Parts: sequence; C-alpha cells; structure tokens
Amino acid sequence: MSAMSEVTSQDSDQSASTKLVHTRLEPSRGWVSLQLQEVWAYRELLYFLTWRDVKVRYKQTILGAAWAIIQPFFTMVVFSIFFGRLAQIPSDGIPYPIFSYAALVPWTFFANGLTQSSNSLVMSSNLIKKIYFPRLVIPMSGVISGIVDFMLAFVVLFGMMLVYGIFPTVNIVFLPLFLLLAFVTALGVGLWLSAMNVQFRDVRYTIPFLTQFWLFATPIAYPSTLLDQPWRTLYGINPMTGVVEGFRWALLGTDTAPGPIIIVSTLTSLLLLLSGAFYFRRMEKTFADVV
Amino acid sequence: MSDIAIRVDGLSKQYRIGSAQKRYNTLRDTLSDAFIAPFVRAGRLLRGQATGAAGLTEIIWALDDVSFEVKHGEVVGIIGHNGAGKSTLLKVLSRITEPTRGTVDLYGRVGSLLEVGTGFHPELTGRENIYLNGAILGMARSEIDQKFDEIVAFAEVEQFIDTPVKHYSSGMGLRLGFAVAAHLEPEILVVDEVLAVGDVSFQRKCLGKMGEVAQEGRTVLFVSHNMAAIENLCSRAILLKKGKFISDGPTTDVIATYLEETKPLSTGNLADAPRPKSSYRPVMRAFEILDKEDKPVSTIRCNDPVTFEIKYNAGDNTTNLIFSIKIQNLTHTSLIFLQTLTHHGPVPQWPSEGTLRCRVPSLPLLPGGYLINVECATSRRPKDLVDVVENCAELTVVASDVFGTGYLPNTGSHGYFLVDAEWEIPPVEDTLPVPSEI
Repeated sequence: MSAMSEVTSQDSDQSASTKLVHTRLEPSRGWVSLQLQEVWAYRELLYFLTWRDVKVRYKQTILGAAWAIIQPFFTMVVFSIFFGRLAQIPSDGIPYPIFSYAALVPWTFFANGLTQSSNSLVMSSNLIKKIYFPRLVIPMSGVISGIVDFMLAFVVLFGMMLVYGIFPTVNIVFLPLFLLLAFVTALGVGLWLSAMNVQFRDVRYTIPFLTQFWLFATPIAYPSTLLDQPWRTLYGINPMTGVVEGFRWALLGTDTAPGPIIIVSTLTSLLLLLSGAFYFRRMEKTFADVV
Repeated sequence: MSDIAIRVDGLSKQYRIGSAQKRYNTLRDTLSDAFIAPFVRAGRLLRGQATGAAGLTEIIWALDDVSFEVKHGEVVGIIGHNGAGKSTLLKVLSRITEPTRGTVDLYGRVGSLLEVGTGFHPELTGRENIYLNGAILGMARSEIDQKFDEIVAFAEVEQFIDTPVKHYSSGMGLRLGFAVAAHLEPEILVVDEVLAVGDVSFQRKCLGKMGEVAQEGRTVLFVSHNMAAIENLCSRAILLKKGKFISDGPTTDVIATYLEETKPLSTGNLADAPRPKSSYRPVMRAFEILDKEDKPVSTIRCNDPVTFEIKYNAGDNTTNLIFSIKIQNLTHTSLIFLQTLTHHGPVPQWPSEGTLRCRVPSLPLLPGGYLINVECATSRRPKDLVDVVENCAELTVVASDVFGTGYLPNTGSHGYFLVDAEWEIPPVEDTLPVPSEI
C-alpha cells in the first residue's frame, strides 16, 4: 500500500465463490507501518526489476561485464602503487594487492549499490507516476542487482589468491553474512538517500562525495589494526569496517576475527536499515506527486 | 458487503502548485533568504514534511469532496474538461497517490492502465518487455507464461518478438504495451485516456478489447475525451468539473449535460474567456465567424464561403507567432485544422496587435453543430503554446442543396464532409426487354 492504511481482509460475509479483497484507501498520518508482507507479495516484480537492471547495465558498452572487474581491479592497482609501494602502508602480513582487493570487492558492491539505489526512485519516476506497487521494491532491486558484479569481481579475487598461494580458511562459510551486512548497509543508506533525492536533487551530487569519503573512512587501503583498542571497536560504527575486516578474516586468514567490531557494525547497519525504511515509508506518499 | 465494487466517500486531493511569489525589496533580503532557505528545507525534509524543492505554496484542490458508488460489473465513464480531476481520481483509485481527505473502498483486485507500456525498457526485447511490463502491472509470471502467445498475437509483433523494443516503430510499441495490459484480469479495471494515442486501427482494436472486457462482467472505470467511445462502452457516466462532482447517470444524459457545459461563449469576446491552463496569456482577444459580406454570423449554409477573424494583442512577444483554428464536432473530434503556418507560411514578425482573417472559399462540412478552438503558439511544439481558447464559438451548418439533387449525406453516420464527385452510371441498354407492367 502506498502509505495508505489498508485492510486486506477477506470479507467473510461474501459467498465462498466470490471472495474479494477489500482495500481501503485513506490519508495516512505520520509514521506508517512497513507493510513488508506487501513487498513479499510483489517479489516477482522485485525479481524482474533486478533482472532488468542486470541485463541492461552493460548494454551498448564495448567492454560489457568486464566493467564489473575493471573498477575494483584498477583501484587495487592504484592503491598498491601509491599506498602499498610508495607509502609503505602495512597490510597485516599479506601481500598488499590482495589485501586491498579483498576489501575492494565488497566495497565496490556497497558503493555501487548505494549509488544505484539512491538514484533509483528518480530514475523510475515514470513508473512511480503511472502505476502502483510497493515503492520499497525499487531501491531494493538497485542494491540486489549489484550481486552479479560482485560475483564477477569475486572470481578474480579467487584467481588472485591462487596466484599468491593463499588458500581460504574454513571461515569462508561466514562470507555470505558479511556480504549481507554490506547489503543491509547499502540498502539502509540507499533508502534514506533515495527518498530525499525525490524532494531535492542535491542528493545526487552528494553521493560521489559520500562514497569517496566513506572509502577512506573504511580500512580498505590500510588495516584497522593501525588503531588501538578501544578505538578499533568504535571504528565498527562504520559498518563497512566490519564487512571489510570480515572478508579479510574469512578469506585471507588475517587476525581480525569478528569480535566486538562486527557487533557494533551490525547494530549500526540495522539501525540504518530500520530508520531508512520507516523514513522511506513516511515519504512514500509524496513520491508520485513530487518526483 | 453488498455488490458494491468501488465506494468513494468525500474524496479530496490537494496539490501544491507554483510558488507564491515573494517580493524581495533589497539585495540583502534576497541573499539572506538564499542562505537560510536551504536550511529550512533540509529541516523539513528530515522531519518528513515534503514540500518539494521549490517550496510550493499555492494550493489547488484537484478533487473536492467527490462521492459515488460503482457496482460490480458496471462500466462507468468519467468525463469532464481538462483539469476536471478525472486523472487525479484515477490516480487515487489506482493507489498511485493518496487522498488528502476522504476514503475509497475497493472490493476486488484493481488493475490500472494509465499509460500504455509503462516501464518498457528500450534495450530489452519484446519478449523480455512483456514479462517486465506484466510484472509491473501485477501479473504473476505463470499468468504471463500462459497468456504469452495470445499477447504476442494480439500485438501482431510475432516476427520481432526477440528484437529490442528500441527498434520498434512507435505503433508496434503501443500495440505491444496495450496487448500486455489487455490481458490483465483484475476485478476492477481503471483506464485512462489510453485510446488517444496510436493510429485509427489501433484505437479501434483497443476499443474492441475494452468492449469485450466490459461484457465479461468486470467493473471498469474509463476516462476519455472521446465521447463516442464513452457512449459506446459505458452505460453510466460521471461528470466532474474543477474537481467537483457535477452529475451521475445514464451516459447519454450526462454527455448532454457535459455538452451543455461546453456551450461556447455567446459573444465573440475572448479576453476574459477561461483558459485551459493558467500559464496561457490572453493573447487572443476576440473571435468572429463572418459570412461572405463580412457580417458576424453563427450559422452558415453547407459549402458556403466563410471567414474566421481573430483579434489579438501579443504585447512584446511578436515574433514567429502561429495562429490556428480547430473545428471539432460536438464530441471534440477535430475535423479541420486551419493554421497560419500551413496555409500562409512562417510569419517572422507580427504587429503587436491586430486582426487576422482566415478566408475559406467553401466550408465542406455537413449540416450540424461544430465547435471551434483557437490557438496561438510560437512554434509547432505543444509546449510553446501561448494561448488557447477552447469552444470559443459554435458554428451551425445548415443544409443547402449543394449538388442540386435535393439530397445531402447525414452528418455523423455518413461522415462530416462533403466532396464533389461525379458518378458514372451504367446506361440501361435498349435491347434488354423491358419488363411489362400489369
């Protein structure tokens, strides 16, 4: 329901053959419920929108899906030259290229997902103005479609690990959880920004800054072990710290086992997601009129 | 619950449009406001109060206390002029936007069709777009699988089904979009002016499909400017005017009321006539129909010469003006378009005020009533319209024995135009025996 309270009740006094869904539309006041069951009912639309994003992303490009690899790979090359070689930044005893690439893979997923979902509502304005469906589906598909790119970049990560002779630890089974953490964070921020973007297009111009600052605020080019406790734990307030250190721990066997950091990261991330979802739902009723 | 499908109760929808102009007296005010406003807006944004970037303050009620009920299986037409609130009503009913006041109760699954091919992606193939568009319209994948062949056949795009839609002609795109939507099977169907696009055969096909849907016993709410379509499809109609409910009843009666409302201005004065959009400036000041002696008339005879006269005052905006006169039948189908650009060519410079005349040596319209719209623009693009007056005059054409036969075609059923023609009739051969009469 687009920010309207809805009574989706099967009317019991109807004869069994003609059970009709009753929907009541009325003005909503203040904060409204998330209506997640409705998002679930529209899961096929979520699937098709995601599939469309994946399918269309690299159409009419020469390099096609290679772009998914080029982004993190060349950032890794640049980081390795400037931070690894020239600045001699420590890398927890792991070759610097793989140390930074293992972090850049989830980071690129996060940054692209955030950008994509933040711009998603404005990009879908023609849909929003012409048809009803739970609007939450739009920013969600924006983040989910990045999974394919993530997979491609991840294959390269595996290749690099073989080249460097590093074998993943058994902790690799926890990897999906760290990916989920990155997903939740990207979606949480994406929900906030996409809803704001509808009102003020300033948001679009802040996103590049935001991701750039966030990149350096996350231990990607450097290890979080540079910080002493308790600051290291506090560093987990940036959920991507938890994600990145988790990836390194699970894949490369660094000494950054998910302890307090990951708990702090998870909490922040959930807070972002929940607040973002409620804010989004509150603003949702204005989307069709303002976008 | 009874057999009600839609119950609308006291429905109102407010829009904020344009911003009330603030008057800045000093540069200091202007600058300080420019610095403060962003913070004020950011504060509102975080509190979840949407005002849009422009801080819109002027309020209009697109719907104002509208109530009605529709029973299951009824096919109801919504009519009214531009800005009557028809589309807003459909947007509220299809849950795209929420009402400001009032409630709507819907009993049954609602499918809405406010545009053909919503969400089509040009890079995807026809096949892919059918699935995408179907999902957007709320169809399950199994449902689309099942109807896929039917959709493709209806759209007549079998050959191009695996071609990206960007290579489709606009007609093919429309057909495909309508085909998907036509195979939706909701209990309540809400349709906006989708028939206004596309060529005639497409429109006929859409109308045919709409008729089928109506006969299947589904509830349909249908907005159109095409009175013939409304009359044909709907047994009942609702008339809205400036967001308010005016009348509700059998289609023919409501259309009659609507046409009554459309009555042209009795005088030729256009200066104070209502404009369909508030952005139009009253450039055109007067309109007259003149007979062959240049006397103002409202009735002419079939095939008579006629002159249309527009007095205008364009102020400073005097370059590249284009004036048009549109003659429509009473259900607003355009029949004749007379334009300075097409008949005279571009006119780069106009006097700031003056009178222009369009002389038609003979107007080949069949007897009946016609409505006239006048338009003034600065280019052929619709967005460059400067002034429009709808129904600025009514022209009555009366019969005259144009061909000296004593007969004329019937207006409407025989068309609207009169053309000269010669028939070659096979001669009766004398050798044939003439049947003898008793």
